[in-house]
Amino acid sequence: MTDDKDVLRDVWFGRIPTCFTLCQDEITEREAEPYYNFPEKDLLHCPSKDAIEAHFMSCMKEADALKHKSQVINEMQKKDHKQLWMGLQNDRFDQFWAINRKLMEYPAEESGFRYIPFRIYQTTTERPFIQKLFRPVAADGQLHTLGDLLKEVCPSAIAPEDGGKKNQVMIHGIEPMLETPLQWLSEHLSYPDNFLHISIIPQPTD
Amino acid sequence: MPSSVLWAVDLFGRVHTLSTTGQYWEPCRDAQLEFKRVSATTACCWGIACDNQVYVFVCASEVPIRRREEAYENQRWNPMSGFCEKLLPSDRWPWSDVSGLQPRPLDGVALPSPHWEWESDWYVDENFGGEPTEKGGWTYAIDFPATYTRDKKWNSCVRRRKWIRYRRYKSRDAWAKIPSKDDPKQLPDPFNDLSVGGWEITEEPVGRLSVWAVSLQGKVWYREDVSHANPEGSLWSLVDCPGEVAQISCGPHDLLWAVLWEGPALVREGINRNNPQGSAWSIVEPPGPDSGILHVSVGVSVVWAVTKDQKVWFRRGVNSHNPRGTGWIEMVGEMTMVNVGLNDQVWGISCEDRALYFRQGVTPSELSGKTWTAIVAGRECDRSYSGSSSSLLSAGCFFGDEVRGGGDSAPSDSDASSEVERLGPEHPLSVEPGDKSRSAGPGPSRTEAGAVQDTCPAQGSGEAAQVSGLHRQPGPAELPWTNIDLKEPPKGPSCPAASFPQPTGLCSLGLLGMEEPCGAADHPLWAWVSGGGCAVEAGSVLKWFSVQSGLSPSVQTLSLSITPAQTAAWRKQIFQQLTERTKRELENFRHYEQAVEQSVWVKTGALQWWCDWKPHKWVDVRVALEQFTGHDGARDSILFIYYVVHEEKKYLHVFLNEVTALVPVLNEAKHSFALYTPERTRQRWPVRLAAATEQDMNDWLALLSLSCCESRRVQGRPSSQALWFSPDLEAGEHLLPCDQMFWRQMGGHLRLVEANSQGVVWGIGYDHTAWVYTGGYGGGCFQGLASSTSNIYTQSDVKSVHIYENQRWNPVTGYTSRGLPTDRYMWSDASGLQECTKANTKLPSPQWTWVSDWAVDFSIAGGTDPEGWQYASDFPASYHGYKTMKDFVRRRCWARKCKLVTSGPWLEVAPIALGDVSIIPESTPDDRRRHSIALWAVSDKGDVLCRLGVSQLNPAGSSWLHVGTDQPFTSISIGACYQVWAVARDGSAFYRGSVSPAKPAGDCWYHIPPPAKQRLLQVSVGQTSVFALDENGNLWYRAGITPSYPQGSSWEHVSNNVRRVSVGPLDQVWVIADKVQGSHSLSRGTVCHRTGVQPHEPRGQGWDYGIGGGWDHISVRANATRAARGACRAQEPSAAQEAPGPVCC
Repeated sequence: MTDDKDVLRDVWFGRIPTCFTLCQDEITEREAEPYYNFPEKDLLHCPSKDAIEAHFMSCMKEADALKHKSQVINEMQKKDHKQLWMGLQNDRFDQFWAINRKLMEYPAEESGFRYIPFRIYQTTTERPFIQKLFRPVAADGQLHTLGDLLKEVCPSAIAPEDGGKKNQVMIHGIEPMLETPLQWLSEHLSYPDNFLHISIIPQPTD
Repeated sequence: MPSSVLWAVDLFGRVHTLSTTGQYWEPCRDAQLEFKRVSATTACCWGIACDNQVYVFVCASEVPIRRREEAYENQRWNPMSGFCEKLLPSDRWPWSDVSGLQPRPLDGVALPSPHWEWESDWYVDENFGGEPTEKGGWTYAIDFPATYTRDKKWNSCVRRRKWIRYRRYKSRDAWAKIPSKDDPKQLPDPFNDLSVGGWEITEEPVGRLSVWAVSLQGKVWYREDVSHANPEGSLWSLVDCPGEVAQISCGPHDLLWAVLWEGPALVREGINRNNPQGSAWSIVEPPGPDSGILHVSVGVSVVWAVTKDQKVWFRRGVNSHNPRGTGWIEMVGEMTMVNVGLNDQVWGISCEDRALYFRQGVTPSELSGKTWTAIVAGRECDRSYSGSSSSLLSAGCFFGDEVRGGGDSAPSDSDASSEVERLGPEHPLSVEPGDKSRSAGPGPSRTEAGAVQDTCPAQGSGEAAQVSGLHRQPGPAELPWTNIDLKEPPKGPSCPAASFPQPTGLCSLGLLGMEEPCGAADHPLWAWVSGGGCAVEAGSVLKWFSVQSGLSPSVQTLSLSITPAQTAAWRKQIFQQLTERTKRELENFRHYEQAVEQSVWVKTGALQWWCDWKPHKWVDVRVALEQFTGHDGARDSILFIYYVVHEEKKYLHVFLNEVTALVPVLNEAKHSFALYTPERTRQRWPVRLAAATEQDMNDWLALLSLSCCESRRVQGRPSSQALWFSPDLEAGEHLLPCDQMFWRQMGGHLRLVEANSQGVVWGIGYDHTAWVYTGGYGGGCFQGLASSTSNIYTQSDVKSVHIYENQRWNPVTGYTSRGLPTDRYMWSDASGLQECTKANTKLPSPQWTWVSDWAVDFSIAGGTDPEGWQYASDFPASYHGYKTMKDFVRRRCWARKCKLVTSGPWLEVAPIALGDVSIIPESTPDDRRRHSIALWAVSDKGDVLCRLGVSQLNPAGSSWLHVGTDQPFTSISIGACYQVWAVARDGSAFYRGSVSPAKPAGDCWYHIPPPAKQRLLQVSVGQTSVFALDENGNLWYRAGITPSYPQGSSWEHVSNNVRRVSVGPLDQVWVIADKVQGSHSLSRGTVCHRTGVQPHEPRGQGWDYGIGGGWDHISVRANATRAARGACRAQEPSAAQEAPGPVCC
């Protein structure tokens, strides 16, 4: 079997999912280290699962602070918070959405959230992400669009200075049209932490 | 939540109502009269019209108001001519009332007022105490005041019979003048104010109201005998008071305040159920020497007042024990009046602009509320304006700026002007209808018309001048508003555009239309408001305020209507991109096998387990639920219970695909639940587990239930052939249908539930609210886990918690709360075994909340004395409502209402509360297409109702048809062939003749006497067989029923110890039985099935006992599959049950 180089290559590149079993001799009593060679420089190394949960919940709370002055998340019980996290952790969308749905509602007499929770990441600069207060509805009652947002907080994304290179505005790996209302995006394309993570990527040349 | 309405009167005296679910004021249907004051309750509204007469408006309902008139025909026997009308001179009248003291010839019985009509002619009542007399209704006695018997004996010298006739109140949904035919000398002078309340003081008679009125001379009058059955009351009686009263307010309970002309307030004391008029007045000083009280309004435990300087005051510390309260608190706002409605919610009319305000944030804990919010609902007649929109929206946009300019000149609020922006351009579409019905705003003065001109740009001004000219004739033609003391019309220009000629330019119309909503449409001027019939729950969302801050709807319609194509474009693009991304990222890897084929998922926890061996006790156990996915992708689960016995570790396991039922058992101190498998059901020994907290238990229940459903692949709504149960659990918010004898829990809280084979399911809550099943599943404790997302609605239920106050008599002090050492607790539950004081009695579960305070319950069986006491010779004994020499103990029942708000796949069927319901179990496919499904019900007051328009698509039906009866009914059942059987309150049964699809209500009742010396409670009809249940738990079968003689001939005893019976469409008989042998502590309420039921042996042979414990109600009426016959055994879920999808049992 191992003589078959093609199979081995497939295994190597992960094209064939494989479960390796250690030989009895290879098993030691020592506690296994979950990661070795962790890319500490590039990724935040969370000390524990609790830290991730705490971070996730704090993002949720921040998003709700922007959307509803934290009213919705504060009215939830501890078990609701837990359900959000467990839903995410176990990849159970229904469990997650049953609670998250409440975070996506807004009072009937208003036409959207207070502010849209978003973060804009740029690959071209070293600057951290952009996050500002931005309302979904303009003073004249017009709904703000994705384009309006970029124009306001990150003009370089849509109109690069040198005029040459164009950028892609990516959310969830797709490029929504700039005319898309921001409120709709926030309700439907937010990430589990309730933020709209928008990436500005230079247009690939090919 | 059923909608209820707020009543209000505008400055012109027109009465309007605003629904809690609506957004528009609707003019009162009977708009002939103008009113000064109104005072509403949920069922009716009293008012004083401009002619100073009192009127009552009884809201229409599908159940008529019927009153029975009775007269007795008396006869005496003489040897010459037998029984004849010749009586002795000392005898009573030949035609008399029941006592014989008053003559009562049939043609002398007149209708009390023109608002009544006779339902039929006089007829003889054949029913004598539940038994038919069969002799023309005659009952016999030796002499006149005596006891009458059915049978004629040798010594029967006199006889009498009862004639009855029904009259019906006909002036519904109309203002009916209260006849003032009282003694002319006592004729009250014109009334000045009026208040209705007191409906919570007592429930007898049904719908009793206290109607108080104040005359111009300052006298206080009380209307006697106002109740549901007598909406007009009988006469005004004068109530003495220490001064001249200007205004009066009566709360729903025992609070009654009045205002004297000089400014102090009067408080009525001593109002209780025996004396709803109260006994004495006491005076409460106004807030300050200079600020006399002008207006007062009271609720259950609040008093609001307005002083002469228009300040609003809240009275602190008011309750039943201290109706005077302790002190005044000044509130913000200046009002001309305030009104307290249901739930102590408050409305006010501002004195500045005569707008209606609602006090937001009034909750039981914060009765004074938070802020005044203006109600800006438009009027009914303005609906056309905002309704058909969008076509001219761009025009609205175009005129936006100019409109704003206009808004500035009329210094209202900018919201109104933005409202204009939306409304203006539609104006040309509907000028005429709007104008006709409106004419509501204040007539425009000359200067205001000028203001319009000023704000209009050049091209519009000419038109405006023309308008103000034109306006003179038609505008407020109906009503000159002379007598209204309005200082200034707050919103300036109003109607000019209303009478604008149609064929003019679009732009000028748009401009002129703009002013109109601020004046007339947007802002009616109110004179009076009454919220006595308006149930606003604390924290519920109303649509009354959204128009004001409603920039958004206009914006949304604007953006959507202008750019529909664009909308589609960005949406379409997102979906397309997402699809592509999914393809890109997943599709190419589809052909790889799953790396992990079996996922094992374990939840562990610590519970307590009722151990299998003796002595039985709760032992701490570790439990683990292991869920794994099999090779075929099916989930299966095993529940392990690890325990230690004699220091030896052991475990027991349960395959969840074998579990037949999960039943929460909350009747003890523990939060426990029982797990049934076929084997365990046979042993009558379920696995009983207890959790530390209710939360914990619910989590486990939800998870186990979900796992069971998964392993059985039961999804979606239950089969329409399911059996429906409702348990009698203290915290029961559970309802379990049966899928293949697997009991699945549904969200919701109901007392009883009925279903038929087409999936029409109705339920009735503990508070008699009717609910219809929506087809969803989940809800309740399954929130977010296994619920369907649609069809789940909020459901609430109210029930009472009862405790008993016990006292023993001793020769020295009489009855005291000091009992003998052997006696029960002086505050106990009904059995006397548990101590239950007012303070320590807890809610059934944390999901419930208290909604009332403790109050004496007068309605318990056996009757009570005026203070609610019931007497007996000793505990425990049978109690009676009067004191005799031999009575040494007494008790009284205290009740406190609590409310549960949960969710479930149920929708309320308003507005009639039901006591029982029955749906035709099966109809032929042919019938199904052509006719609606027959559904009969009994209202909580005992009226028999027939629901029209019920179908599979519309399970709620359309309307009730009232079926007249001679007495209140308690139970009803309709069989597969349209046989309707019912049980009346006197314990006898009735059969309804000629019910058919073409004649859904049938024609007449046939009286069927109950089994000897028994009073029937419940009846259930299958395809042909009829089973009934009596008070003592006996089950009876009706023998001798043939198609030609559907009433049958006699009752045959079948069984005892039965609590509830349900006969299915195949005549299968299921019951809830008590005291089933072999079961343990759960024995109350075991589900049993009658075996050996054959066409020639409809009574069956024996009982087959199913799951035990805590069931209260069963319905098998949906179960109509022939194959079910043999396999329908609770203990033996056969192999067929594992079949995918819900198949009937």
